[in-house]
Amino acid sequence: MLNKIYLDYAAATPIDPEVIKAMTPYFREGFGNSASLHSFGQEAKEVLEESRSIIATALAARPKEIIFTSSATESNNLAIKGLLLANREKSGHIITSLIEHDCVLNSIKWLEQMGIRHFAASKIPVDKYGLINPGDIEKAIRKDTVLVSIIHANNEIGTIQPIREIGKICHKKGVYFHTDAAQSFGKIPINVNSMNIDLLTASSHKMYGPKGVACLFVRKGIKIEPLFHGGGHEAGLRSSTTNTPAIVGFAKAVEICHREMEKESKRQTKLRDKLIKGVLTEIDGSYLNGHPQKRLPNNANFRFEFVEGESIVMRLDAFGIAASTASACSSPKLEPSHVLLAIGLKPQEAHGSLRLSLGKWTKEKDIDYVLKVLPQIIKKLRDISPFKH
Amino acid sequence: MYTKKVMQHFRKPHNYGKIRKPDGIGKVGNIVCGDVMWLYIKVGKDKKGEEILEDVKFETFGCVAAIATSSVVTNLARGKTLNEATDINKNEVVKHLGGLPPIKIHCSILAADALAEAIYNYLSKNKRPISTKLQKRHKRLEQERMIIEEKYKDWTKEP
Repeated sequence: MLNKIYLDYAAATPIDPEVIKAMTPYFREGFGNSASLHSFGQEAKEVLEESRSIIATALAARPKEIIFTSSATESNNLAIKGLLLANREKSGHIITSLIEHDCVLNSIKWLEQMGIRHFAASKIPVDKYGLINPGDIEKAIRKDTVLVSIIHANNEIGTIQPIREIGKICHKKGVYFHTDAAQSFGKIPINVNSMNIDLLTASSHKMYGPKGVACLFVRKGIKIEPLFHGGGHEAGLRSSTTNTPAIVGFAKAVEICHREMEKESKRQTKLRDKLIKGVLTEIDGSYLNGHPQKRLPNNANFRFEFVEGESIVMRLDAFGIAASTASACSSPKLEPSHVLLAIGLKPQEAHGSLRLSLGKWTKEKDIDYVLKVLPQIIKKLRDISPFKH
Repeated sequence: MYTKKVMQHFRKPHNYGKIRKPDGIGKVGNIVCGDVMWLYIKVGKDKKGEEILEDVKFETFGCVAAIATSSVVTNLARGKTLNEATDINKNEVVKHLGGLPPIKIHCSILAADALAEAIYNYLSKNKRPISTKLQKRHKRLEQERMIIEEKYKDWTKEP
């Protein structure tokens, strides 16, 4: 049996056994609907509020500022559409970047297509490391700007943005600031107050919690329109029967990640840097995508000349290693990743991209194995390729 | 996503590499996704004295499907007469792979085109008659090749 090595933690993580243990009682005993008056409902309600409080504390927020949703995609949709729709009578300019997740960019595209009055969007470029210059945001803010939405740490290249500075500018100019922290929450410290954040998206399944649950932090006093209309759950902002077991699991995952953050962040950074150094020295024509230091502790993203990403991923898979690529061949539209193009790569350079994302169960010997196998794979694919050194 | 057959050809591609002094080369690329295939042929004669493809090899920069379709098309073309080989189409390539995901069908077209281009190259170098159909095909593919060559010029420069 092949020993499998999972290096795609940025896509999905296995659930921590401690999380499963915390969730289990809420499938059968504590299954009640948190909106019900009887003891079953009240038990669910109680644990729901406990969970809300745990997550709020981790962000330095107040429990009432946390809205549970089903995914980071939903949270980002709710933040952007909800805020713009709530302000539609007054103004409607939004600023975002060229390296946001598709759910942010497509929410904006939808608002454009719907012909919302006053709606306009500006997209800020990034440098070759994927970093935003906060000064560019300051320049882009107009009188009618309502919201700035910037991803905290990029899902592909892992670059961490100067969120605190961007938030400071937004507040100076009286503009709301939203950040998509789906990849960063639980991995690096976040404080919504000191970082000047008004809305924040966080997701459970990127941090060893269950899929199908996420949250949106909305600072007290900020009005947003709900996307779902129904029984008025989550203070009327997200109607739907509460997914109690998943929310309990999310809260437990948050608790564990924050307990282990310092240690895990150090350990994974060390492994990440060993991987990066190893790949760049062992393989000619290999480059790092993203910033060498200002990146998530668990993210390594490379590109290799003369070979294509899907082929690398599928050859790694044959060796039991799970990784990911943003090559055009792997995209449903056959287009290279907008993130890699935004950092200045040519389409053919983006073609050979490979993301390896580490997690708390990644061991040093896993990295050693990748460093042994990957150079052979790249060599073999280059033997097949018409382009060579 | 991929059939067993596709994965077999991808893991152990048949006939990859260059042919020294080839009789014809077909260079094609997909202008959307950016995959590139170069296909080399060596022409010989069968017992009846008819020209056949004695050797066919490929070099491909692309995904699993691009490599697997290249491998299959070289297999299919070997030993065939020039006319037979020109008629190999995407359906035949896809059939031999036990199917391809719809989004990857264009790879099988690319493989068949690379072969047709190599044959065109051979016929035109030797000033032989070329069917109108093949000429038309070549015209279209040549335009695409120029776009692709421009795109990859940094990688094809002689050191």
